[in-house]
Amino acid sequence: MGRYVLRRLLQMVPVIIGTTFLVFALVTEMGGDPVQNLYGERPVPESIRVALTAQYHLDDPLPVRYGYYVSGLLQGDFGTSLSGSRPISEMIADAWPETLKVAGIAFVFEMVVGVAAGVLAGMRRGKFLDNLVLLSTLTVIAVPIFVLGQTAQIFLGVKAGIFPVSGTNEGFMSYLLPGLVLGSVSLAYIARLARASVAENLRMDYVRTAKAKGLSPTRITGVHVLRNSLIPVVTFLGADLGTLMGGAIVTERIFNIPGVGYNLFKAIQIEDGPALVGFVTLLVLVYVVMALVVDLLYAVLDPRIRYA
Amino acid sequence: MPDVTNTAVTPEAAAATPAAPQLSKKPEKSRSLLQDAVRDLVRRPLFLIASGIIFVLLLMAAFPTFFASADPQLCELSRSLQKPSADAWFGYDARGCDVYARTIHGARTSITVGVLATVGSALIALLLGLVAGFYGRWVDALISRGIDIVMGIPFLVGAIVILNTFRDDDGFRTGGIWGVLTALTVLGWMSMARIMRSTVIQTKQADYVTAARSLGASTGRLMFRHVLPNALTPLIVLATISLGVIISVEATLSFLGVGIQEPTISWGVMINQSLGRIREALHPLLFPAGFVSVTVLAFIMLGDAVRDALDPKLR
Repeated sequence: MGRYVLRRLLQMVPVIIGTTFLVFALVTEMGGDPVQNLYGERPVPESIRVALTAQYHLDDPLPVRYGYYVSGLLQGDFGTSLSGSRPISEMIADAWPETLKVAGIAFVFEMVVGVAAGVLAGMRRGKFLDNLVLLSTLTVIAVPIFVLGQTAQIFLGVKAGIFPVSGTNEGFMSYLLPGLVLGSVSLAYIARLARASVAENLRMDYVRTAKAKGLSPTRITGVHVLRNSLIPVVTFLGADLGTLMGGAIVTERIFNIPGVGYNLFKAIQIEDGPALVGFVTLLVLVYVVMALVVDLLYAVLDPRIRYA
Repeated sequence: MPDVTNTAVTPEAAAATPAAPQLSKKPEKSRSLLQDAVRDLVRRPLFLIASGIIFVLLLMAAFPTFFASADPQLCELSRSLQKPSADAWFGYDARGCDVYARTIHGARTSITVGVLATVGSALIALLLGLVAGFYGRWVDALISRGIDIVMGIPFLVGAIVILNTFRDDDGFRTGGIWGVLTALTVLGWMSMARIMRSTVIQTKQADYVTAARSLGASTGRLMFRHVLPNALTPLIVLATISLGVIISVEATLSFLGVGIQEPTISWGVMINQSLGRIREALHPLLFPAGFVSVTVLAFIMLGDAVRDALDPKLR
């Protein structure tokens, strides 16, 4: 187990380096002349250009500049944002808790409702409830999330006044609707995954054996079937948690939640390269760590899987 | 119910021996896996509905003027936000453009982007997955880590950054379909490549591949004649489903203001324009959003039906 984790951690290193380098390169290429950008339309004094070029290593080739960036990262220095000159680590510290609140609500919502709906539908295959779940999940998957978010905001926020329309001033309630909208798409996938998995497991030999032994139906579905059919669901949930914690550009933008996704989008719009690379680095780290956690959870759920 | 025993021996399996082509031409009652699947498919209502919808959508994309005679670019402010009527079935949007005509004409952009991006990323996935799965070892390690790296980039972030590099001479975002196509293709192939790789690994261990190899078949022949046709199903299914998703993502990019822009008409552009006045009129949003949803739905249903038909285990 320990060796497996170590090997996986080592495998992560090239992935993290590769991804951040890719984003770093793309962002650098997209920006044009950064010194000129600082000055807008005005001409840049030659002495200042020389000084800035030296300070930010702008004359060096891309890999060298990336090297400087990484060595800063390793010392905990995410760099400074171009706009407003805030340290990026400070921006992350402000934004991430907001994202985590929305993500937490979304995660609980999709896990509880999704698994319940999926398991019930899988047990009553072909019945009314099953068709209802199938139909409603298909609808949620088919409607683009920004349409879902906007209509929810208009009807539940503006017209009915049940939820705050946008912003984060009203505590829990202001995160609730964004969380529900954000979780709804994954909820649909989870419900369908759980349904298929339960339906498949109900046909297994061990269920017949359990029935023949005279176990109660509650115990068969609640213990035997559930544990076996939740493995694919857990995989999905884990990967999804990684995505959720990385912020949701669309949802955060609709509801004006100043989280990671919101900051990312702003950084792209105003071409704030350092902030963009900083946030993406954080996302990549979260993503690969979650992937590892999911693989370890596998072994917990399914004793047949052992990591040497 | 087609007979199950037949599905175990595919024509490709039989073709492993050089004599096979003549063999399979002999008149015999047993059908191939593909024929089974087709027979199975045409009897599924879900498949028929889905392909019917897709057929109509393709007609719309090919001959928009046949469906809508009104000019989609003709907008008159005097009829702004008028409700649906006999003249304009879907009403008029905020600028007084005919929503019906625009929805029909938008089909071409949305479906072109969806189809081309899916085909592009499926081809990348096919090639990389096949090579990685077939050769294994360091080739596999290299490609797999490459997949991990691109997958690590959050989809929307990557798409927005790529789209930002598409600018005209004056430095404005172009807003045409090429940037969107590139972004969706470059960022869309990874999960398909993973599926392809794992099916290729499974397939290359099959007996008929070993047989062909021991008969002296070349690497190229093994790869493209024996492994590829038998490892294609999961990729096709996933590509079908993701085609629908891509159409929805195209709309999302327009919503964020980085995707396709006016004067090109796409469903995403229409939805984005309708959102500003959504409190006064819902119909300019409802119709394009409905078309996106139905299209996504149709492709998901098609993918599901094809998977069920091609997977003998589910029979």
